[in-house]
Amino acid sequence: MEFGLTPDQKMMQESIGRTLERVCPLERVRKTTDGTARDVLTAIAELGVTGMLIPEEFGGLGLQLLDAALAAEMLGRHVAPVPFVASSVMAPLALLGAGSEAQKRAYLPKLASGEATAGVAISEHASGARDKAGISARAGKLSGKSLFVLDFAGAEFFIVADNFGALHIVDADAKGLERTAFTTIDVTRAIGELSFDTVDAEPLSSGNPQATLERLIDAGRIMLAADTLGAGGRMIEKAVDYAKQRKQFGRVIGSFQAVKHMCAEMVAELEPCRALIWYAAYAFDAFPDQARRMAVHAKAHTAEVGTFVARTATEVHGGMGFTDLLGLHYWFKRIGFDRQALGGPEKVRHDAAVAQGWIGN
Amino acid sequence: MDLSYSPEYEAFRDEVRAFTREFGDRAPPAGDMREWQNLLIARGYAARTIPKEYGGFGAAPDVLKSRIVAEEFIAAGLPMGMSGQGISMLVPTLLEVGSEEQKRKYIAPTLRGEIVWCQGYSEPGAGSDLAALTTRATEEGDDFIINGQKIWTSTAAQADMMFCLVRTEPDKPKHEGISYILFSMKTPGIEVRPLVTMTGRAEFNEVFFTDVRVPKSGVVAGRGQGWMVANATLKHERGMLGDPNQAGTRLKAIVDLMREETVDGVRLMDNPVLRDRLLKLQARAHAMEFHGLRLLTSRLKGEDPGVAGLIVKLMGCELNHQLAAFAIDALGELGVLYGGSQHSRNNGNWQWNYMFDLGLIIGGGTAQIQKNIIAERGLGMPREPKPAKA
Ligand SMILES: Cc1cc2nc3c(=O)[nH]c(=O)nc-3n(C[C@H](O)[C@H](O)[C@H](O)COP(=O)(O)OP(=O)(O)OC[C@H]3O[C@@H](n4cnc5c(N)ncnc54)[C@H](O)[C@@H]3O)c2cc1C
Repeated sequence: MEFGLTPDQKMMQESIGRTLERVCPLERVRKTTDGTARDVLTAIAELGVTGMLIPEEFGGLGLQLLDAALAAEMLGRHVAPVPFVASSVMAPLALLGAGSEAQKRAYLPKLASGEATAGVAISEHASGARDKAGISARAGKLSGKSLFVLDFAGAEFFIVADNFGALHIVDADAKGLERTAFTTIDVTRAIGELSFDTVDAEPLSSGNPQATLERLIDAGRIMLAADTLGAGGRMIEKAVDYAKQRKQFGRVIGSFQAVKHMCAEMVAELEPCRALIWYAAYAFDAFPDQARRMAVHAKAHTAEVGTFVARTATEVHGGMGFTDLLGLHYWFKRIGFDRQALGGPEKVRHDAAVAQGWIGN
Repeated sequence: MDLSYSPEYEAFRDEVRAFTREFGDRAPPAGDMREWQNLLIARGYAARTIPKEYGGFGAAPDVLKSRIVAEEFIAAGLPMGMSGQGISMLVPTLLEVGSEEQKRKYIAPTLRGEIVWCQGYSEPGAGSDLAALTTRATEEGDDFIINGQKIWTSTAAQADMMFCLVRTEPDKPKHEGISYILFSMKTPGIEVRPLVTMTGRAEFNEVFFTDVRVPKSGVVAGRGQGWMVANATLKHERGMLGDPNQAGTRLKAIVDLMREETVDGVRLMDNPVLRDRLLKLQARAHAMEFHGLRLLTSRLKGEDPGVAGLIVKLMGCELNHQLAAFAIDALGELGVLYGGSQHSRNNGNWQWNYMFDLGLIIGGGTAQIQKNIIAERGLGMPREPKPAKA
């Protein structure tokens, strides 16, 4: 029994962190407006981050979801403006779970290398349909619309779930497909709307597409939780550092107990999330019968704690925290994005009750 | 990450399981607590790693085996054997800093439940600021003469002995003049007055000392070393408080309650507001459970868990309290019934837990003191400036 990271995992996580430190400082983040920094993506692709879950035969590293969660934590820590949750985790899992050999061969290698990225349009199944969204499939053609499509910008193709939860691949340039990017609070991530007017689609129909869809959602939620863990951890560090040097009333503010207690509460809340996320990610591969329950708890609980950390760390910085000068708001907004994407806490907890048979669907 | 157990551990688990099946009916409430305790020691399910010469089972330390024992006893619904301040706090302290004579004299009977201990630290003027204690011990030949008062002393009324902090060098700085001393509660001049708590029971006491003559040989680790010894004990106390197993057991009970209990014919579980609160707590309980596993692994590897280790008392005690508070809310008006009242559920235990847990949040270092520790030792933030000398 060992509940912890292997030396390899620790090394990998550190090396992703070091690379992001170098290629993705805040000045770089500031220059992105659409959630896609090509140079940052290339740098992490070289480390294999884009192909973590993709088997070696398709050019990836063939690792497990826990490894991807460790990468997600680092991306959140550096508010990295790159596609990941959909493109490197959900889309590969869709292809691996429901794609034919030919589809895997056609799409996985370019996702692995970072040469192409993919968006994922499944929000209606994760958090419910808004504004009459929904997609019908007839004779291999899709009609309707899907909102909050993840890793939207620059995607070469999309994984799309229709109203029945069957999965399809749609080319970004397909005829009849209209793409509209959304303006969001978090400029480091791209989401948008896909609108379909009898658009050609390739079905992902091997294996069990509906079950695959559920797996995608679980995996995506765990990644968002891990992203918040990273972003929250960095915000605490920044708050503690700031409190150790900022002086008021002739002493550093970190010597005031009100400030110390804010910092202690943040770390006491966030630290157990780490174990919850590790376990959820591990269970995703090792104990599939627990995967849904653990994924939803990791998502919802980390979202709650993340929100608390985001506001408290900002408050510790006083007025400076509220300015754009310091850039602390990038982390604040990233945590805000993670909270709502793929289902807000109440919705996700509802799923946890269903998963445990406490209530009907 | 590897959550499987190797064959050696699986075999150990089978052995524990066989024991719980075969001997479960000897456990309290049916059987006698001390007999149960002795059986557990003989089998290595209590006092497992305490050396044989001090009355333990003498196994090599193995936190995984200890965990397996705990898991299997919880699964079988059996008590783990005796606990209390003597077993969980004094014994580890003596093992760490006691003299050979003290170890031989006290550890074995304490483990067997023959000596019940109480912890005499706090005083009316020295709670969080424990080092401000004023109970005096003055030298007279081979004895100390103790005068002063302790308060909030748990189980003092039942205890045979006390481990106590006294001031032996009043002229020294406040942390230096303290000694840690063991003595019998039967010594003339000790008066115990029960203090009824908000639960309605007298869980703790006031203890008064008037010219209490105790032998110097009871001093642990030497005169003036009391602060160091007390800190060794407190470490064990905080390790004991905030146990994640308790949260898991409580959560299970609340889930059952909400599936069975109805209001206007609707199950509590079908009330979305209550259910959402329950799910929030379930996530917390899981987080603390896995956090516990993470700390266990750090300990196995001899790594320092850092800040992760310092948060357990704060978060664990708080979680237990929140669980009880939630159960009462879920019960609504039934939540005000106490003890064996008509209509009360679970014998009013949620109400008792809710109140008693607030005591645990305060005792053993309050939540605020824990936050100071987390911030100062865990995050390296500056200590409070020293107050100006009055
Ligand atoms: C159920 C229970 C069992 C106990 N059992 C024992 C026992 O067996 N033996 C024993 O010796 N003692 C025992 N105690 C006493 C316990 O250790 C003290 O009550 C505790 O340490 C708090 O001290 P106090 O009550 O004097 O509170 P105070 O120190 O007066 O604290 C009052 C309030 O001020 C806050 N405060 C104090 N100092 C600071 C600070 N520096 N920074 C921020 N806030 C501060 C506290 O957090 C608290 O909110 C027990 C207490 C309880 C509740």
